[in-house]
Amino acid sequence: MSSIPYIPAIEVPLPADNYLTAGNSLKSWLLTKDHKRIAILYLIGITFFFFIGGIAATVIRIELLTPKRDFVSAEAYNRMFTIHGVVMVFLYLIPSIPATMGNFLVPLMIGARDLAFPRMNLASWYLFIGGGIFTTLAIILGGVDTGWTFYTPYSSVYSQTNVVLTVIGIFIAGFSSIFTGLNFIVTMHTMRCPGMWWSRMPLFCWSIYATSVIMLLATPVLAMTAVLLLIERAFNVPIFDPARGGDPVLFQHLFWFYSHPAVYIMVLPGMGVISELVACFARKRIYGYGLVAASSIAIAAISFLVWGHHMFVSGMSTYGGLIFSFLSFFVAVPSAIKVVNWIATLHKGSIVFTTPMLYAIAFIGLFVIGGLTGLFLATLATDVHLTDTYFIVAHFHYIMVGGTVTAFMGGIHFWFPKMFGRRYPEWAGRIAAGFIFFGFNLTFFPQFLLGYLGMPRRYAGYPEEFQVLNILSTAGASILAIGYLMPLVYLLWSMKYGKPAGPNPWLAMGMEWTVSSPPPAHNFHKVPVCREEAYAYFDMTPQGGNGPILKKLPGPGQKLERTEWSGT
Amino acid sequence: MNTKFRLLPDSASNFAGDVDKLTLFLTVVSVIITLVVCGLIAFFAIKYRRRHVDDMPPREEPGRWTEILWSAVLFVLLMVMFFWGAEIYMRMKRPAPNATEINVTAKRWMWKIQHPSGQREINELHIPVGQPVKLTMISEDVIHSFSVPAFRIKQDVIPGSYSTQWFTPTKVGEYHLFCQEYCGTLHSDMIGRVVVMEEKDYQAWLAGVSVNVTPVEEGAKLFATYGCLTCHGQNAPSLAGLFGRQQKLDDGSTVLADEEYLRESIINPAAKVVAGYGRLMPSFRAQLSDEQVSALVSYIKTLGAAKSDEPGQANSAAPATQPVNGVPPNSVPNLPPAAQPPGVWPQPSGEN
Amino acid sequence: MVIPMSEVHTAVDKDTFPASQFEDAEQQYVTATLGMWSFLITEIMFIGAVFAAFFVYRFRWHEAFVHGAEELKWMLGTINTVVLLTSSYTMVLAVHAARHGAQKALVRWLVLTFILGCAFVAIKGTEYHIEYKEHLVPGLNYTEISHTGEVRPVQMKLFMGFYFAMTAVHALHMLVGLAVLGALIVFAKRGSFTAAYNNPIDMFGLYWHFVDLVWVFLFPTLYLLRH
Repeated sequence: MSSIPYIPAIEVPLPADNYLTAGNSLKSWLLTKDHKRIAILYLIGITFFFFIGGIAATVIRIELLTPKRDFVSAEAYNRMFTIHGVVMVFLYLIPSIPATMGNFLVPLMIGARDLAFPRMNLASWYLFIGGGIFTTLAIILGGVDTGWTFYTPYSSVYSQTNVVLTVIGIFIAGFSSIFTGLNFIVTMHTMRCPGMWWSRMPLFCWSIYATSVIMLLATPVLAMTAVLLLIERAFNVPIFDPARGGDPVLFQHLFWFYSHPAVYIMVLPGMGVISELVACFARKRIYGYGLVAASSIAIAAISFLVWGHHMFVSGMSTYGGLIFSFLSFFVAVPSAIKVVNWIATLHKGSIVFTTPMLYAIAFIGLFVIGGLTGLFLATLATDVHLTDTYFIVAHFHYIMVGGTVTAFMGGIHFWFPKMFGRRYPEWAGRIAAGFIFFGFNLTFFPQFLLGYLGMPRRYAGYPEEFQVLNILSTAGASILAIGYLMPLVYLLWSMKYGKPAGPNPWLAMGMEWTVSSPPPAHNFHKVPVCREEAYAYFDMTPQGGNGPILKKLPGPGQKLERTEWSGT
Repeated sequence: MNTKFRLLPDSASNFAGDVDKLTLFLTVVSVIITLVVCGLIAFFAIKYRRRHVDDMPPREEPGRWTEILWSAVLFVLLMVMFFWGAEIYMRMKRPAPNATEINVTAKRWMWKIQHPSGQREINELHIPVGQPVKLTMISEDVIHSFSVPAFRIKQDVIPGSYSTQWFTPTKVGEYHLFCQEYCGTLHSDMIGRVVVMEEKDYQAWLAGVSVNVTPVEEGAKLFATYGCLTCHGQNAPSLAGLFGRQQKLDDGSTVLADEEYLRESIINPAAKVVAGYGRLMPSFRAQLSDEQVSALVSYIKTLGAAKSDEPGQANSAAPATQPVNGVPPNSVPNLPPAAQPPGVWPQPSGEN
Repeated sequence: MVIPMSEVHTAVDKDTFPASQFEDAEQQYVTATLGMWSFLITEIMFIGAVFAAFFVYRFRWHEAFVHGAEELKWMLGTINTVVLLTSSYTMVLAVHAARHGAQKALVRWLVLTFILGCAFVAIKGTEYHIEYKEHLVPGLNYTEISHTGEVRPVQMKLFMGFYFAMTAVHALHMLVGLAVLGALIVFAKRGSFTAAYNNPIDMFGLYWHFVDLVWVFLFPTLYLLRH
């Protein structure tokens, strides 16, 4: 690997004093207030739920190999797609990047010793696990069959499954998300180190900030919606039951008031990760930094105004449809700004194709497809035809899996050396990235065609003419599954046997790279001072511009020194 | 039904061509943008790949005008999409005046359909080609969605209120009818077919299905059974010519007397009370099924015939006093549950 | 209010204050305040959602909702409003005392706030009890015919559902508040709060006023909208 022009050949032992060695007992982990350890706890939790959701997806794809309902019963199939949706959305995607990388990196990136409220941070993990336990219990006790959208009156009156347990689980997990968001907002407002102005914050922090605003403002609405649903089920108050005065469509309004912004809870942090990766591996400041930061906030703001585009055929008024469609197009502008500026950052960059960068490039491509197909769904006439078909399924998987999960994988591969102090085998990372990219497209691209043909989502069986495309999709899913299992194996192996990484294996800018890998328990030994803007790659050598940075690379046992930071 | 593999659906309604054209436009725009993005990434990735470990690109500041320019172009494109889509959508929402009115009742897990001439069918809809059809739909339990991909139409069917959908089939054939809103265990079995026939085949089909009673006749019968005329036309507003006009309410507002208004006034009379009248009418929620309400609404819609007097006048002539189907209105046994003292709510049945 | 000098505490526990993640007391105070306000914004969205749903139905089922409001005990509601507003006043005095390090006054006002809070909950409980006897509680004993033999409108059950949901969410906030208040009283007695460090009292004050404010909106919405 030494010939590859990006990984400096350095041999540094792991620092003896780091957050991982700060205590080995189970208690030292379960009662920790260290944001980095809590991030690791979250990482374990969401990985577990990712594979639970993945198992459900596997059953779905096997069932859909044939037109007839033959692998599982209709009851089982409905439970499977509900489990897949609930677990993936509420227990994987929403906490994924914010609660793991956000938790780990935000204090390091802004030069703080911890988040503002460490105890609340730990409490939020326990709430997450509590929500997960309720949901798991609901699955073990027979599952739930309402779909992750819980549309009334099916969920409130008709379903005979464990709706109550699941909704309680979501309610609890929701508070975990609120506390996480609150913690980030307050931390970024009051805990930035001297010199770390808002205009110098890494774009990852900006996107986490925007995400946190959504968590804080939208999640409580979901919580109250859950309470109303529980009241209807438990106390027989006809809140959403039209037979006795309720309005089932009101539920959809309340639900999407949260769940549309929730899509941005999932994808905004991903965009933040991509900004970090592109800047590092093109060695350039993100083109139009201010605009990219502002676009995160703009997306968060607009996300509250467009929930009705999920309801064009729900019986909402025609004018409601027109307004929501019109507003929905406005989300496209800040999203496009991000994509264009990432590409512009590549222009005249110094680009290398490390594993994280492969994920970053994959993200941009998949997100573009996901975003453009969103236009089909924001446009009224085409949405009428496409909504609730596999087109929707393909579209949101391009955003949530092609976007968020890809960014998650990219981020994990980028910061893995920081988190665990060791490197993973680069070749394995690249192969897995290839499997994921190819498998993903093969799984979900045929579903756009299925959707336009009219195949409804949540169908356990389907007309014969849809079979060919479904087989392609299932074939892709098998490749995708291999792609997701591979990192699990080599990353776990690398945690113990990987080569020590040194503090800054990628030669990246950013305060998190100035501390040892893994970072010390209290992050910084003295208060760091920020003296430059974000992504100052052009400043990386004293000469500026094209100075030979090799001369500045650390020798064995040294760490990369840069005078700009006074940290550590 | 063509069950062979294919990539594009049939296009068999007045909307299908329009939606397909719009989709083509969107697809072309999307493909161009995707190709440009992927092309640029690939080009930059190769051209600007790092050759030496110390390659260090110069600083580059964004050109403000390029950002504004491409944003403006994008915005124009987006607005074209919006207005194009909205235009078709508005047409989808305005039924043709001469449309055949068909009642659809959704129920887990079947579609119950009744033609204006009384024929009933389940999970099948037979219609003549070229003739506009308007569906008035209601669900008996959960939310369903009436979707015919070949027609590019879809409308959720909601319990407790009507939703409507119209289209003109343009091509003879058999097409899928799907329930597109998840409705429980056998959601994927809530499918059927729409059979579009030549007019003469359709007439032959109609003739071959036995008819007991048309919706209007059934409605007339119910109208008599429940003694609606005891009040309407006397101390309650006349129903003659009501359908389709603007009705003044006691809170000063006006409402269009459409199907949904008629239905609401039967189920929940207190919600919108006609100006000048008290809250006298009891709810018929407990007495009438959704299909019976639909029949009543169908009947009340025909009362426009006796529209000789000015609309809005309260005590106009009472319509339809002739016996219908041989049942004189006042000779029905068990007469009216409606004859309760004013202001008293009817006894609800079967809950708590 | 005059604080006698003898009561002023200034000692600070160096081990726990400021907490290890903060540089100084001011940063900790600003952080705590911002955190509390953020939490209250979340709470507003939480309560706001049920208010929104309530008003949707109130417009739709106007008559039944008016009927429902007339069944509520407005007299008890009024008394409770007064009790709660008074408790907000005593809470303000407690915060004032804490800022001046007046420990005895602090304990006194906190205890008074606690008593008023308990009174509110007790009156609310009485109200619930009366409503239970009148068969107004959906899910337990709601009946379509009132104890006086009058037939209730169908959608009145919806109103009562909202009434219990909204007041119970509020009462739950009261109970949580009382539990925290109890703990604060214990700490205050031990002398944990000083003129330099009284963030918890300050933050709890914000919370208490918020819960009070929610009631100020709940009371007219549920009890007084009778037309």
